[in-house]
Amino acid sequence: MDVRRRSIIGTSLAVVAAMGLSACGGGEDSGATKTVRVTLANHVWTENIKKALPEFEKQTGLKVELTQLGEDQLSDQYNVKLNAGSSDIDVMMYRPLQEGKLFAKNKYLADLSDEVKSNKDWDFSDFQAGPVQATSYEGKPVGVPIITEQEVLYYRKDLLAKAGLTAPPKTLDELKAAATKIKAADPSVAGFVARTGKSPAVTQFSSFLYSFGGDFVDSSGKASVNTEQAKQAYAYYGGLIKEQGPANVSTDMSWPEAMAIFTQGKAAFYTEANSLYKNATDPAKSKVADTVGFAPFPAGPAGSKPYNIPSWALGVSDGSKNQSNAWKFVEWATGKEQTLAQQKAGVPSARTSVWANPEGTASYPKDLVEAIAASTKDGVGHDRPLVNKVAQAREIVGQPIVDAIAGKDAAAAAETANTAFQKFLDDEAK
Amino acid sequence: MATVTTRTRPHDASATPDTPGWARWANDHRKWLFAAPAMVFVAALIIFPLAWTGYLSLTDAEGSVRAESEFVGFQNYVEVLSDTDRFWPAVGRTAAFTVVALLFEVVLGMAVALLLWRPFRGQKWVRVAILMPLVATPVAVGMMWRLIFDPNIGMANQVLGWFGIGPQPWLAGQHSALPTTIFIDVWQWTPMVVLILLAGLTSLSDEPQEAARIDGASSWQRFRHVTLPLVMPTVIVAILLRGIDALKTFDILYATKGRGGGSFHEVETLNVYAYGLSFDYNEYGISSTVLIIFFLIIIGSMWALTSRRKEAQR
Repeated sequence: MDVRRRSIIGTSLAVVAAMGLSACGGGEDSGATKTVRVTLANHVWTENIKKALPEFEKQTGLKVELTQLGEDQLSDQYNVKLNAGSSDIDVMMYRPLQEGKLFAKNKYLADLSDEVKSNKDWDFSDFQAGPVQATSYEGKPVGVPIITEQEVLYYRKDLLAKAGLTAPPKTLDELKAAATKIKAADPSVAGFVARTGKSPAVTQFSSFLYSFGGDFVDSSGKASVNTEQAKQAYAYYGGLIKEQGPANVSTDMSWPEAMAIFTQGKAAFYTEANSLYKNATDPAKSKVADTVGFAPFPAGPAGSKPYNIPSWALGVSDGSKNQSNAWKFVEWATGKEQTLAQQKAGVPSARTSVWANPEGTASYPKDLVEAIAASTKDGVGHDRPLVNKVAQAREIVGQPIVDAIAGKDAAAAAETANTAFQKFLDDEAK
Repeated sequence: MATVTTRTRPHDASATPDTPGWARWANDHRKWLFAAPAMVFVAALIIFPLAWTGYLSLTDAEGSVRAESEFVGFQNYVEVLSDTDRFWPAVGRTAAFTVVALLFEVVLGMAVALLLWRPFRGQKWVRVAILMPLVATPVAVGMMWRLIFDPNIGMANQVLGWFGIGPQPWLAGQHSALPTTIFIDVWQWTPMVVLILLAGLTSLSDEPQEAARIDGASSWQRFRHVTLPLVMPTVIVAILLRGIDALKTFDILYATKGRGGGSFHEVETLNVYAYGLSFDYNEYGISSTVLIIFFLIIIGSMWALTSRRKEAQR
């Protein structure tokens, strides 16, 4: 009895002690170790890099621990972990235009000024100027751009031929006419589809806004979503989806939903980021893989002005205690060799040398390369308001889009949104 | 043998002089020691987060919790409680969602429980089938119904088509989204109510029923005046458990309509709103304020229901 009772107390003390120790242990082993903890988003880029990882591990003797998440879950993960001052993220894939400014301001991203100069062969000057600017904060590089994006027009060659059209529309007016004609011929096929969710639609709407001659903010930094041009853009985008879009269209669609409608053969035209083109041309994912065509973004009153932006970048977490090894991973993943391999596999890169290399564009559909070339020429360097709290700003400037889709007055919605957006900008400037 | 007995200390039979000091201390305080892990757990995972949220709700924390923030007193509460754009509609939706879902769940749950009460052939299989939705993950349930209710390629509209009814927008409609999510909630959680009510029903004795039958009471009269009053405490337990859960519903709403409860905030309840404030807007101060108010609402309704339960038991 005596012995047994004592051993029970002994055991329970041991358990408590062990719990305490393991709680401490979590913090201690996160110094410079051979394991690099990399957090990546679900993307074609990630799938490609995963296949190449053994090569990196062999070269460097490091081990890569990979966490892969959807876009929204990725943001949440960063907010939770980095807010708590966690050191268990080394390399982070992030969206420079969405979160870059906020993350840099919150000191989540390490200053990479010295690292980018450390290796001549890696050559930081090879990266396109626009994307580099978007991954810098207060003049210092805090990330390396890995994927660039332009908006292009996806279309169905067979439906166009059936409607008697020989070439894809070159202007927004032609696009509307063609979409109307196709939907009238077969009401079960939408003439046009695009993102409809208040926040997700903003980026793809931006090219319409620019091509009508508007922008989210004018040159003096004032909200400008109530200009005549902006009102026309809202009315055009929302109206096109309402009139020529799928029946009973939801106002919650992001690209997976819109892409699904297009690849199920339920729509003739679709404006979307070119970096997602594999979803439409891969027969395993798309029912219309062999009839998909690409065209430059149609011109509006102000010409064809699609966005041209770095959609994803790699950064090193400022809280990481393993920063030098983290940089080794970034250096490898963004090196010329990997970038070329990525681009060959369909991921548009930010390196000039890769675009100049014929090998780099050989695997792309020819019409897509032409569309991209046109977009990079006149492209606008942002696809959303450039502010700290991008998520909030997107909801404000996205409201008139969904209002227009729901059949409400786009001009009135734009006025309301502009007032709210100006207030938002004033708050942020404080 | 006798020596051992004399050496034993009088206040504790198990401690001997050669027991190390810490073990003796541990022995004397074993009541606290055994409870300690649980107490640490409660403090670390319930009291601390709650106190921290309470503190944050009085600051203007935003962007990063670790960034400097100022103490602003009850300014956030004033701001939130005067917000008729997002906050009060969210309160309304939370209440509507909970009350309507609960009503259907209790009525349907009672009906199904009464059906399953008396033994019949194949009862086991019917029970298993009815309990199926309960074990499914809410997010998976949300995704499943989202596909079924898709306005263009979903099954729901196809089925309606067979009866000559035109396609409905379901989750995509501005006014039909909330009722549709309520339907999903009812589908998933009625079985839980059935389970609780069935437990209550089986524990009832047969005698009052028999007495009523002999007195010539109809089956409705027997239900209304005998079964229902007897099973009332269980009904209130079911309402309590399911009500708290329904108030806090997040997964089904998020899986079907995404961030902000849809582009027009069609299904944005308090929980979804608070989530958006922290994770989309990084407004930790305001978000904590909403959560504290929400917490008070839950405590309040719980208190109201438990006092009803005590009345029913009397």
